[in-house]
Amino acid sequence: MSGKHVAKDQPQSFIFSSENLKTKDIILKKYPEVRKKSAVMPLLNLAQKQNDGWIPLAAVQYIADLLEVPYIKVYEVATFYTMYNLAPVGKYFVQVCTTTPCAIRGSGKIVEACKKYISSKEGHLSEDKKSSWIEVECLGACVNAPMIQINEDYYEDLDAISAEKIFKSFKDDSLPKLGSQKGRKGSEPIKQRLTLLKN
Amino acid sequence: MPKVKVDGVEIEVENGTTVLQACEIAGKEIPRFCYHERLSIAGNCRMCLVEMERSPKPVASCAMPAAEGQVIFTNTEMVKKAREGVMEFLLINHPLDCPICDQGGECDLQDQSVNYGGRSSRYELNKRSVKEKYMGPLIKTQMNRCIHCTRCIRFAEEIAGVPDLGAINRGENMEITTFLEKTVDSELSANVIDLCPVGALTSKPYAFEARPWELTKTETIDVMDAVGSNIRVDTKGWDVKRILPRINEDINEEWISDKTRYACDGLSSNRIDQPYIKKEGKLIPCSWEEAFLKISEEFKKTANIGGLVGDLVDLETIFSLKNLLSSVSGSESVDFRQKDFYIDPSHPSNYLFNTPIAEIDDADLFLLVGANPRLEATMINSRIRKNFVSKKTEVFSIGNPGDQTYKINLLGDNLSILKDIEAETNSFADKIKKSKRPIFIIGESVLNSKQGKFVLETSKNILKKYNALSGLNTLHRNASSVGALMLGAYNTNQDVLKNEILYLIGADEVEIDNKNKFIIYQGSHGSKNTKIADVVLPGAAYTEKDSLYVNLEGRVQAAYKASFPPGDAKEDWKILRALSDVLKKPLKFNTIEQLRSKIFESFSIFPEINQLPKVKTENLSIASVDTLDSKVQFTSIDYYQTNEIARSSKTMMECKTAREQLAKTGTDD
Repeated sequence: MSGKHVAKDQPQSFIFSSENLKTKDIILKKYPEVRKKSAVMPLLNLAQKQNDGWIPLAAVQYIADLLEVPYIKVYEVATFYTMYNLAPVGKYFVQVCTTTPCAIRGSGKIVEACKKYISSKEGHLSEDKKSSWIEVECLGACVNAPMIQINEDYYEDLDAISAEKIFKSFKDDSLPKLGSQKGRKGSEPIKQRLTLLKN
Repeated sequence: MPKVKVDGVEIEVENGTTVLQACEIAGKEIPRFCYHERLSIAGNCRMCLVEMERSPKPVASCAMPAAEGQVIFTNTEMVKKAREGVMEFLLINHPLDCPICDQGGECDLQDQSVNYGGRSSRYELNKRSVKEKYMGPLIKTQMNRCIHCTRCIRFAEEIAGVPDLGAINRGENMEITTFLEKTVDSELSANVIDLCPVGALTSKPYAFEARPWELTKTETIDVMDAVGSNIRVDTKGWDVKRILPRINEDINEEWISDKTRYACDGLSSNRIDQPYIKKEGKLIPCSWEEAFLKISEEFKKTANIGGLVGDLVDLETIFSLKNLLSSVSGSESVDFRQKDFYIDPSHPSNYLFNTPIAEIDDADLFLLVGANPRLEATMINSRIRKNFVSKKTEVFSIGNPGDQTYKINLLGDNLSILKDIEAETNSFADKIKKSKRPIFIIGESVLNSKQGKFVLETSKNILKKYNALSGLNTLHRNASSVGALMLGAYNTNQDVLKNEILYLIGADEVEIDNKNKFIIYQGSHGSKNTKIADVVLPGAAYTEKDSLYVNLEGRVQAAYKASFPPGDAKEDWKILRALSDVLKKPLKFNTIEQLRSKIFESFSIFPEINQLPKVKTENLSIASVDTLDSKVQFTSIDYYQTNEIARSSKTMMECKTAREQLAKTGTDD
């Protein structure tokens, strides 16, 4: 993997919507006036939310102008953090955890399913432009490994079959219930086990 | 003051010293890439690891403050292993392309790899590859070679004041770039080439020109502006290949401006390499004898002879010209001013930059009056910025000089503000009252016949009031100005241009009406005034002669001959000496030593070489002037094209175009 994928087709301009302008003011109020550049991360997040999950370069410049810092300083932050996307993502943005616990429990199969049902290339849109996927590091749900995050929801306890089912459901927006795909509640034991001693 | 033991030797160091500096004081060499004396500490290359007692791991000495009782080892097995390990990691992604790399032979990575590296690499996978980045017409990038020391980023942000460079992505994907690969818009940008410890940032105009060991190195002085930066000229045969800065803490520290560095390719184009004589409106090549005979014929006709000295002329030449003309015509009609320029030579402080450049660091208030130091004297500006960054000193300005790389508080653009300050009706008066070391910098833009006297005298009055006359500074633009003033090469009674015969020495900026005039042009480069001349004599450029220059502080510095004048061209003072023989009024010196001792005998004002003149501001006479209601009008400065050498330079033209493009696309911030 090389650096971050930055979209070639970029919108000419970006401005916050009137609603987000109010949010921006609330964010800026959290920092002293002389330290307002500290607001760069929440503002980038706000821009990403407004722009369907990715940050165009125009937004980088817009935020730099707002915070009175050089463009490169905002660009550095936007490229450093993995959760900022600099290229368009699908309506369903799948993040597959491939860190050790998930990898041991079979996240490789999930990645293969992504390649098969979404897009052969990581970070690129699917043919119907509805979804895209990337590999990410630990999302903190190791007990229910392997797992993926779709937009802001976790889908856990996956295997090749359940992953395929989820990815196919993008077509008619009929996503299965979120959480464990094996039917357990949260991280409780499967089959209502109450202790580790009983099967 | 902590006492530290380095390899068994106990030394006492200043508070705030780092372990690396302490080791250096103890005479131990510590390898490093990211650490640089004049930049902030990054601590990311890890090459400077040393062993410290009671520390289980080696410590990065550049980022570790020296403390009482530390016991440091720089020569143990642990240190050796640590350095080998770091070097191996650094080399994992560094290409093995030294044979085609311009840094080869003067590369920190190469040297330190030989000295401190292990035997060979154990890395067998593919090295990463990084795309080349565009950083303007001066900086060539080869980003595969980058070891991410971030010196360039820190330089751009801290010294140059143009935070254009940054590191994008993370971990092994980190890349150094400018936002959307725009040109680095700074007059100091090419210093990152010197700073880069590897061959990632190299010089574009010098690419594949020479190897460092093939070059002859001459330590000399720059003449692109009046600061007199110390430079090293590297030549291969006749050709000046490149110019590098030389450390002089009193003047340019270790930086030089891009114009100083890259105007040198103008030295090999557009040169005058033989004498010319005008016949039937055309300049025809001729011999020195012919040219001299023609001049002596004309000199017999009239005693109305005037001399005009250009921007890059050395002391010896000005002195010779002045003596020649006074012995021939009895008049001393020699001037260095090519435009409307107010001077008051009654006291040297009236035209000197009275604050020594190094003491700009101690100032606690700046006032620019019609000055644009960024373009007029880049190295002075970097000092002001250094002060601004380290001490948050306020910089005020009368007249808006544009972006100076630091914050400027505009007082307005009417010069009458000076009178208000004097009368304490302007709030700036309170600032200067509280200030211990205020500095006024008066630019050439306001030193004209209309405004000059008012600005100078009022400034003196203000400074006198607060006992700070040593803060009175005139910002000259040209390398010859102060020298000419000290030599008295100015003309007060009559306009030099009215003379029937004009002797121009490199005077390229002045507009001359050549009707009924006989014009002699002596200089190194062809210019618009060469075309109107009746006789053209080929002179030497600043890298081709041993000569003295006086910088704006009044400091006399010696420039040395690094290369030879092309063709029949000769050193300028020798031309004037030879001409004086033909005119049967021989000048009374035969060697440069005699000439120099003549100058120093005749003018006691000159300090010894490299020293500042002993000028006392106490007995400076001050006149009171009426208030003047007049606005600051900045004379336009085409930074990359200020003199004939720069105008002949292809690189300077590219820089100019790049800057114009930048202004057009509006990505400039």
